[in-house]
Amino acid sequence: MVSSDTSPDDRQRSAIEDGLEELQRHAFGYFLRETNPDNGLVADNTREDAVASIAATGFGLATYPVGVSRGFITRRDAAERALTALRFFRGSIQGPDPDATGHRGFYYHFLDVKTGARVWDCELSAMDTALLLAGVLTCMMYFDREDAGEGEIRQLAAFLYERVDWAWAMHEGPTVAMGWKPSLGFLRYGWEGYTEATLLYVLGLGSPTHALPSSSYDAWTSTYQWENLYGYDVLMAAPLFIHQLAHAWIDFRGIQDAFMREKRSDYFENSRRATYLQRQYAIRNPRRFRGYGEDCWGLTAGDGPGFSRRCVDGVERQFFGYVARGIPYGPDDGTISPWAVAASLPFAAEIVLPALRHVLGTYPGIAAPGRPMSSFNPTFPSGAATNRAWVCNTQYGLDQGPVVLMIENHRSGLLWRLMRECRPMVVGLRRAGFRNGWLRRAPR
Amino acid sequence: MSARRDPGASTELLSSDPHDAELLANSHPSDWKNPEPADSYNLVVIGAGPAGLVAAAGAAGLGARVALIEKNLMGGDCLNVGCVPSKAILRSARFFADVRNAAEFGGDPPAVEDIDFGRVMERMRRLRARIARQDSAKRFRELGVDLFFGAAAFAGPRAVTVGGATLRFAKAVIATGARAERPCIDGLEEAGYLTNETVFNLTERPGRLLVIGGGPLGCELAQAFARLGSEVTIAQREAFFLPGEERDAAEILSQALARDGIRLWLNTEVRKVTTSGGEKRVHLVSYDQKATVAVDEILVGVGRAPNVEGLNLEAAGVAYDKDDGVRVNDFLRTSNRRVYAAGDVALRYKFTHTADATARIVIQNALFLGRKKLSSLTIPWCTYTDPEIAHVGIYVQDARDRGLPVKTFTVPMSDVDRAVADGEEEGFVKIHVREGTDKILGATIVARHAGEMIQEITLAMVAGIGLKTISRVIHSYPTQAEAIRKAADAYLATRLTPTLKRHTARWLAWSR
Repeated sequence: MVSSDTSPDDRQRSAIEDGLEELQRHAFGYFLRETNPDNGLVADNTREDAVASIAATGFGLATYPVGVSRGFITRRDAAERALTALRFFRGSIQGPDPDATGHRGFYYHFLDVKTGARVWDCELSAMDTALLLAGVLTCMMYFDREDAGEGEIRQLAAFLYERVDWAWAMHEGPTVAMGWKPSLGFLRYGWEGYTEATLLYVLGLGSPTHALPSSSYDAWTSTYQWENLYGYDVLMAAPLFIHQLAHAWIDFRGIQDAFMREKRSDYFENSRRATYLQRQYAIRNPRRFRGYGEDCWGLTAGDGPGFSRRCVDGVERQFFGYVARGIPYGPDDGTISPWAVAASLPFAAEIVLPALRHVLGTYPGIAAPGRPMSSFNPTFPSGAATNRAWVCNTQYGLDQGPVVLMIENHRSGLLWRLMRECRPMVVGLRRAGFRNGWLRRAPR
Repeated sequence: MSARRDPGASTELLSSDPHDAELLANSHPSDWKNPEPADSYNLVVIGAGPAGLVAAAGAAGLGARVALIEKNLMGGDCLNVGCVPSKAILRSARFFADVRNAAEFGGDPPAVEDIDFGRVMERMRRLRARIARQDSAKRFRELGVDLFFGAAAFAGPRAVTVGGATLRFAKAVIATGARAERPCIDGLEEAGYLTNETVFNLTERPGRLLVIGGGPLGCELAQAFARLGSEVTIAQREAFFLPGEERDAAEILSQALARDGIRLWLNTEVRKVTTSGGEKRVHLVSYDQKATVAVDEILVGVGRAPNVEGLNLEAAGVAYDKDDGVRVNDFLRTSNRRVYAAGDVALRYKFTHTADATARIVIQNALFLGRKKLSSLTIPWCTYTDPEIAHVGIYVQDARDRGLPVKTFTVPMSDVDRAVADGEEEGFVKIHVREGTDKILGATIVARHAGEMIQEITLAMVAGIGLKTISRVIHSYPTQAEAIRKAADAYLATRLTPTLKRHTARWLAWSR
């Protein structure tokens, strides 16, 4: 509560804090509702037939410390939920069997939410395993009490992390193969350039058991392109999420790998610029979508109105379902992801807050009471229009996790503080060539 | 109209087509009589494609005694079954794409049935025949070149035979070009397929077309046929189209192809082809996803194989490889010091303009003791999809592999006024410079007229002009090439360091 003798500035700050906490609470609610209490697996999305996603499960685990510190959940409940998940993964089937949960310490991208078995013939995913493990390690760092439950969390977390055979995933290539299938072997999807895989490499490099070679990080970053776009020097990636995911855990402020040392920048500053670029793109709005402007921006991977061609205002438009939207070359179908805007808060609060205020005020349906934020599209002709915008009625764990974590990083730096002490992260960063900043003082 | 094969030629032309008849009359006259060979030639040129024609005409112009041998048609692949016919068709396809987009420009689009495919192809043949006049047999005879039609074979290190005649030479250049690579796919030969050597003889639009290969030829023709009304599927083995080009370029191209209604299969192998009820059924596998696509025609564009067979290169002591072609050093000399090679038969970059450029090197090195190097060439290239994708110099990855700090100045075409006015906003200009300098290392341009725009960058690189100078060059307004100046201006803006800005601000404050 704010007392009546506080200044207008304090009152405004407090209102912002309250608003942000509401966004966090609703996003955190996703993980409370969509977690299978029996095994801790988190549904990929809110559809009835949704399967579990290991990445969403990782985000769920990482949000527990936030939930506890913000009073959304008790520490005991959070620890129990974390323990359920970790025990499940500890006991789940690992091996080349196509119905297993994982292999070589990695896990399949999607699992049956009840049994934990692989579904859809999906791939063993290195990147999604990294997101799961980031959540696992968050719990290891946060639950530091000496009681039996929290002790078991730490023990299981270390076990799960150390079980991952990162080196195996290289498969004789210079970089990590992002997927593997029992029927096909390794899959190289042609990942190159800057992606969210920084997190994967840091975790893989930090392993005390099956570490990636340092050369893998150099090989991966050799495909980076340093660009000057719209007046900003930036390591560009089209969708916003690439500039955010690793930052949910790693405090990149002031630490630099060889690439960023050469460019006299760091990944935090880079994400700040990338956030501004998103805004610049929306101001330019080259494809003339409705609603875009200085306070309405945010293109990233996410759901959309569905794959269709429609004529809108005399212009033939192609709309998409779940795709990685990005700037400046698209794909862009007019869909904005406000949750991704919120996840840029630590980088550029001065433009994120006005944007959130604007989109939540203009399109109230995107955050219906008690519901986490959804993507929306003011251009798509929608029968279920909310202030003339199509609003996605499905929410995704992969979208809501960063909202909880990045708002918290903005508010208190909780995740960054925890992970600055996390040995695998610190070792991984150092082996990737990161220096300076807080790493100088980090444990060896 | 049926296709016919000219005697002794591998290129098919349409019988009873007046344009193809004109082409043939110019490129391989039926009544041609090979001349009596001279005692000895300064230069014997094998192959009358772009490299051979430039070498022969250039050498003859300088007073050399030159023999030119062509097995097939003057002009080579470029004129007859390559750049020329394909660009003519691409232009028609682009026109119909624009017409379909009539609403953007204030009109109503016509129905797809209005496209007369036969007339599109007739236009192509007409233009091809017209351009062929430039490379006619008669013209070369008038230039003083002894032109022989027939298959050439070396008879020793200093002699070539053709049609029973033996030509002795001081120097020779092999410029036999390349041909479409034949992929090894179960059932493909039996089902029948088109390549660049046969696709331009179509007179009826294939209702359904599968294109195998997502390189330049596959992407250009897939898009053209889709725009001309065919239902097109393209299968590409790699994760991106145009592997080797910038990821952003490939991504824009994917979006453009999809927008034209092409079904895209990336990371895809064509496992086998079967035929049933007059249609070809193509079995595709992408990881563990399988599909069978029924089509009327299959077009293969999976690469080019050098024409090294039948030349008896062993007799001349010319080393070669059936995949990489004739082996040359940086001076384009083969393992026989009297024999050089130019164009597709010896080069990794198989373009008409590199054939031309290497032929010029050969003239100097073979006839005038020159020391011109292949490695000193700055070679641009362009894939003529819509938007076009053009490149010159090195890629960022190459620069980083060499340890060169590189920075890219990017201007989206949507920031260029003329592109906006033209409704041609897709794409970008990216200019790579050595970081901290304005020295241009390379550039990629994705734009509707990228092939025209890349010339300015190529000129700048060859002349050693940096971005600083380009920013001083007045570019007509409004033009799409202004994007290049904008990139140069972006470079200049980065030179305004905070310290410099402070100094200028102080000066301006003082001078108020």
